[in-house]
Amino acid sequence: MSEIPKDLSYAKTHEWIANDGDGTVTVGITEYAQGSLGDLVFVELPEAGTKVSAGDAVAVVESVKAASDIYAPIDGEIVEVNEDLDESPERVNEDPFGQGWLFKMAVNNADDLDGLLDAEAYGEIVEAEES
Amino acid sequence: MAKTTPLHAEHVALDAKLVNFAGWDMPINYGSQIAEHRAVREDAGMFDVSHMRPVDVHGPEARAFLRHVLANDVAKIDEIGRALYTCMLNTRGGVIDDLIVYHLGRDWYRLVVNAGTAEKDMAWLHGMAEHHEVSVEEFQDSAIIAVQGPKAADKIACALGEHAERAASLRAFRGFADGRWSIGRTGYTGEDGYEIVMAAEDAVATWQALHQAGVVPIGLGARDTLRLEAGLNLYGQDMDEDTTPLESGLGWTVAFEPAERDFVGRNALELARELDDARKLVGLVLGTRGVMRHGAAVRPAGDEHTSAEDTPGVITSGSFGPTVQCSIALARVPVAWKGEVEVSLRGTWKTARIVAYPFVRKGRSRIEPTPD
Repeated sequence: MSEIPKDLSYAKTHEWIANDGDGTVTVGITEYAQGSLGDLVFVELPEAGTKVSAGDAVAVVESVKAASDIYAPIDGEIVEVNEDLDESPERVNEDPFGQGWLFKMAVNNADDLDGLLDAEAYGEIVEAEES
Repeated sequence: MAKTTPLHAEHVALDAKLVNFAGWDMPINYGSQIAEHRAVREDAGMFDVSHMRPVDVHGPEARAFLRHVLANDVAKIDEIGRALYTCMLNTRGGVIDDLIVYHLGRDWYRLVVNAGTAEKDMAWLHGMAEHHEVSVEEFQDSAIIAVQGPKAADKIACALGEHAERAASLRAFRGFADGRWSIGRTGYTGEDGYEIVMAAEDAVATWQALHQAGVVPIGLGARDTLRLEAGLNLYGQDMDEDTTPLESGLGWTVAFEPAERDFVGRNALELARELDDARKLVGLVLGTRGVMRHGAAVRPAGDEHTSAEDTPGVITSGSFGPTVQCSIALARVPVAWKGEVEVSLRGTWKTARIVAYPFVRKGRSRIEPTPD
């Protein structure tokens, strides 16, 4: 069973969401997601300033095995992207919940965060996929 | 229920990620596919390839039989101890399998065939053998470990015991048999190395001794990127029963000389050589970010009227090459195509250029920078 930190929120498409407490959130992919993808070789990130809706494909992570879309977990605007990943996509594999974060976004409506999955609910999704 | 090799418990103990490959539960990686790829290019790695099947052909007509069923000519390996890469064709010139044949003794050849094709290969060989004084038998309960990389020769010594000295003196594409062992200086990575066939009961001790000697376990994921960089075909992707060796970059393995040798598929290939609608296998290097994958459409550069559905070009094998640090592919295209092409990646056309392959030789990239 892969690591699923309790203090983060999740989307069923395997993104994690950290509430930064200042109206922005940080988004990455989970330990389980990076493990399934294998070694990443490219990460394509959106431009800061892009307005996005929940469910929009906003980024692509491409591994030796496959390319996978990353979806905006909620409505908002991209405010920062992790430019280190351009040169070092392997950070996502090595530290998916830390240095491997993908982007930060300003949230349109803070209440939307309540609609995300907690660690327990996300854990059940992972368990179902693994079996 | 997937089949398992004699080394399955070793893979589990090493925390390998296991996948079903041709009906076998096999390690895809032991952590990082890219790190494994580098280990083979720079040092030494080992692969459990026990899903591949050694098939022994014995008998006074073994040579004549193989000169008939194989497209390359075993007359090239009349000296005992030599090995040869070849296709086995159907009467249409399509590839039933590709394999290495070792001449191991008087009236004795060993074929090592692919896992996914082993059953049909055996049926085909048995059918063909009815007219010859030969026996065709799988080496049951065998294991195969491939040790590959620039340090493979140094590191295998302690794992091979009494066989070490002979193994060290083997030249490329040579091999020998000793008791229930056969060792060939062959491989599928573009690096120096060995493929070691042994009885299943010897597999775990050999694997562990190699591991002790610092040989890194390598999964099928890195095996695929290593062979692609080395420009080596994968059966089922780059060629199959509906494609000939000539359109699969394997024309060099078909021995048309001597002209009187009658091998299965010869007539069809001679006809195919006359036709002008021929296709060829080429190497591609992607000029931008992204990864070319098996099945992606290929069209001539700037040919905006051709859709992905209509173009005759297709990627047969594609991936990211960890040594070349960009995406590379093998593609089947019309013979006239050269220079730049476009590859459909996730709905957009990206520019790639046709290059000679292998992409990597002896650990180094051979891709020349894009001309400005």
